[in-house]
Amino acid sequence: MTANGHRRAYQSWGRYPRVEQQNVRPVYWRNNDLDLARIDGPVLPYGLGRSYGDSCLNGGGTLLDTSPLNRFIAFDEEAGLLRCEAGVTLADILKLIVPRGWFLPTTPGTKFVTIGGAIANDVHGKNHHRAGTFGRHVTRFELLRSDGERLICSPDENADLFRATIGGLGLTGLILWAEIRVQRVAGPFIAKEQIRFGSIDEFFEISAESDERFEHTMAWVDCLATGKHLGRGLFMRGNYTWPKRIPRKAAEPRSLFTMPVQLPAFALNLATVKAFNSLYYRSQLTRRTFQTVPYDPFFYPLDAIQEWHRLYGAPGFLQYQFVVPYAQDRTAIKDILRQISQSGVVSFLAVLKVFGDVPSPGMLSFPRPGVTLALDFPFRGQRTLALLDRLDEIVRAHGGVLYPAKDARMSAENFQAFYPQWREFARHIDPKFSSSFWRRVTQTTHE
Amino acid sequence: MKLMIIGATSAIAHEAARQFAADGAEFFLVGRDPDKLAAVQRDLDVRGAGRVVLHTLDLNDLAQHEALIAAAYDAMGALDAVLIAHGTLPDQARAQADVEATLEAFTTNALTYISLLTLLAGRFEQQRRGCIAVIASVAGDRGRGSNYVYGAAKGAVSLFASGLRARLSKAGVAVVTIKPGFVDTPMTAHLKKNPLFASPATVGRRIYVAMLKGEDVVYAPWFWRYIMWIIRLIPERVFKRLSL
Ligand SMILES: Cc1cc2nc3c(=O)[nH]c(=O)nc-3n(C[C@H](O)[C@H](O)[C@H](O)COP(=O)(O)OP(=O)(O)OC[C@H]3O[C@@H](n4cnc5c(N)ncnc54)[C@H](O)[C@@H]3O)c2cc1C
Ligand SMILES: NC(=O)c1ccc[n+]([C@@H]2O[C@H](COP(=O)([O-])OP(=O)(O)OC[C@H]3O[C@@H](n4cnc5c(N)ncnc54)[C@H](OP(=O)(O)O)[C@@H]3O)[C@@H](O)[C@H]2O)c1
Repeated sequence: MTANGHRRAYQSWGRYPRVEQQNVRPVYWRNNDLDLARIDGPVLPYGLGRSYGDSCLNGGGTLLDTSPLNRFIAFDEEAGLLRCEAGVTLADILKLIVPRGWFLPTTPGTKFVTIGGAIANDVHGKNHHRAGTFGRHVTRFELLRSDGERLICSPDENADLFRATIGGLGLTGLILWAEIRVQRVAGPFIAKEQIRFGSIDEFFEISAESDERFEHTMAWVDCLATGKHLGRGLFMRGNYTWPKRIPRKAAEPRSLFTMPVQLPAFALNLATVKAFNSLYYRSQLTRRTFQTVPYDPFFYPLDAIQEWHRLYGAPGFLQYQFVVPYAQDRTAIKDILRQISQSGVVSFLAVLKVFGDVPSPGMLSFPRPGVTLALDFPFRGQRTLALLDRLDEIVRAHGGVLYPAKDARMSAENFQAFYPQWREFARHIDPKFSSSFWRRVTQTTHE
Repeated sequence: MKLMIIGATSAIAHEAARQFAADGAEFFLVGRDPDKLAAVQRDLDVRGAGRVVLHTLDLNDLAQHEALIAAAYDAMGALDAVLIAHGTLPDQARAQADVEATLEAFTTNALTYISLLTLLAGRFEQQRRGCIAVIASVAGDRGRGSNYVYGAAKGAVSLFASGLRARLSKAGVAVVTIKPGFVDTPMTAHLKKNPLFASPATVGRRIYVAMLKGEDVVYAPWFWRYIMWIIRLIPERVFKRLSL
């Protein structure tokens, strides 16, 4: 996607893996006969391709591009209910509702995702400990199945399909429109506190103390720190506010910078990342800082650099996000951080958060009570893959699971162990729908 | 602001309408498909539009144009601006083999515009203010072997609008000719996309600005002005041999 919303390539955000040729069928109108049954081969809805791996790809099949489905349908300001077509983005919604005193109930770290994509991955945000996942705030949607049937799904109507479609990876049919509950907020600014922590244990202390008082919490971790610095980082927390004085430069955010071309793969190497991490950690001189900031840089720091994923060069990169149950001894997280810092494979972005216990509504939803860590790895062939395989085993041994929206390589066996409910889910899949991800993780079955 | 949009279900026109809706404009929307019109109406409504009136008509029915314009004035009381945007991209090969197809394409893309402009011109000339905008195309700047039926129709619209501009400028009425390049919309769904394709939102925003300012001839995006300048410079004896 370029800044003006025009798409050039149908890849996933990690640009790995590349799949074989895909046909693309744009979906222009929610009322038109789409006649999906007449398309050759499997189909898969495609939003803005902000998933990292292959869950939004359909090699050899057809992608249903939902970006033209970008119309609002109704905004009931009494009830705080917004109805819109599935290709409407979170950015579109914010532009509409923020000036009227509302905000999204929860948001992922980019606003360039569609409502359809947010539902299909049941995405989570920095306020998971309060709001739960995005799917919790979806009141109903219309699902088009390949036999032409159109179903209204809600917690009361077609409830099974509702639960299957939330977090359903686009496999249960095409969401045409959805209704979500939006949230009244004190203001479009965040009163933000940033706290430096020197170890993973310190992180957990701050997190526990913060979750009661703050709507939003998360932390950045320096993955290259070792020994007594293991797990050091910066904790960020904040609440909505309307400041007495509007901070300067609070006007409509613009994208500062578009990564014009791919950088050569060596631009991000161990030395540069180590230097960056160290600098970033030290850039905060005092242990704690306070600042009121517009919502954009708080929630979407990466959106300021369009096409930032090109930083990783042609081979692309892998995201890796898991959640492990919250255990007193925190061994899983420590084990994994140690593995990474010893591996010499660099992770540029590492985000840590404690999920709350608000249940996720989807059958295959990823979020569950525990600690989640999201990492970025530039793709360096076998070395990267071997490290991630080792991490999988640690995650699995601690009863954790991986996030499909960010996966490009987990084994079928591990997927099926992480999500044993996948067989029950599979009963709700539309037979015409499939994805590269789904074929990868279910082509062989493991008991 | 009271705005009539003819061909209101066009992706480009809808994007322009969104800009006006955010200013609280009132709309009279014309299209041939009531379901699509209703979808556009609801979107504009959420985005802040005032009253939105819908009118269903197949614009190839030229005999209905007078009644259409009358209905718009009846419903709105007055009009500050009109955007004419409907169109089809005819299959050139089919048009070459079939006179009827050629004439139908010419009706949709040229005669309907000429008819509507003629009817609107009188009203705007009398009210002595406002803006009439038409969507022509860069394709109308030169006849290409691969697309001359569409190009000729768009060229006719450009020429007609140019003359009308000269006439109406004396009454203080702006006539705006929009010439988009390739735009990623249903009309071009079947074409292979290249980096010259713009989004309908980019072109729609440009139309909004052009109409507010009352500009004359607008290429959208802007670089098409230079591409077409070069293309027009190529001598015919060379141009005819190019496969464009
Ligand atoms: C910088 C960045 C930060 C991120 N931060 C977070 C985060 O904090 N939390 C989080 O949870 N995720 C995060 N993500 C991941 C992202 O939120 C999800 O991958 C999201 O689902 C992408 O939405 P999309 O519209 O791009 O959909 P795509 O990636 O195109 O598709 C995602 C899935 O949705 C399905 N789908 C899309 N539209 C429809 C439809 N209309 N009907 C049915 N199925 C549909 C697709 O088939 C696919 O399975 C982040 C991604 C990036 C790039
Ligand atoms: N896309 C491009 O690359 C491009 C480039 C230059 C110029 N243009 C011009 O831009 C304008 C808008 O097109 P677009 O790109 O936005 O495509 P679009 O979304 O397909 O819009 C074209 C619209 O015209 C309507 N229409 C066609 N014939 C009609 C008729 N007889 N009566 C009523 N409505 C009719 C269509 O209605 P239905 O939906 O009901 O069919 C459709 O809504 C057109 O004039 C086009 O020629 C487009």
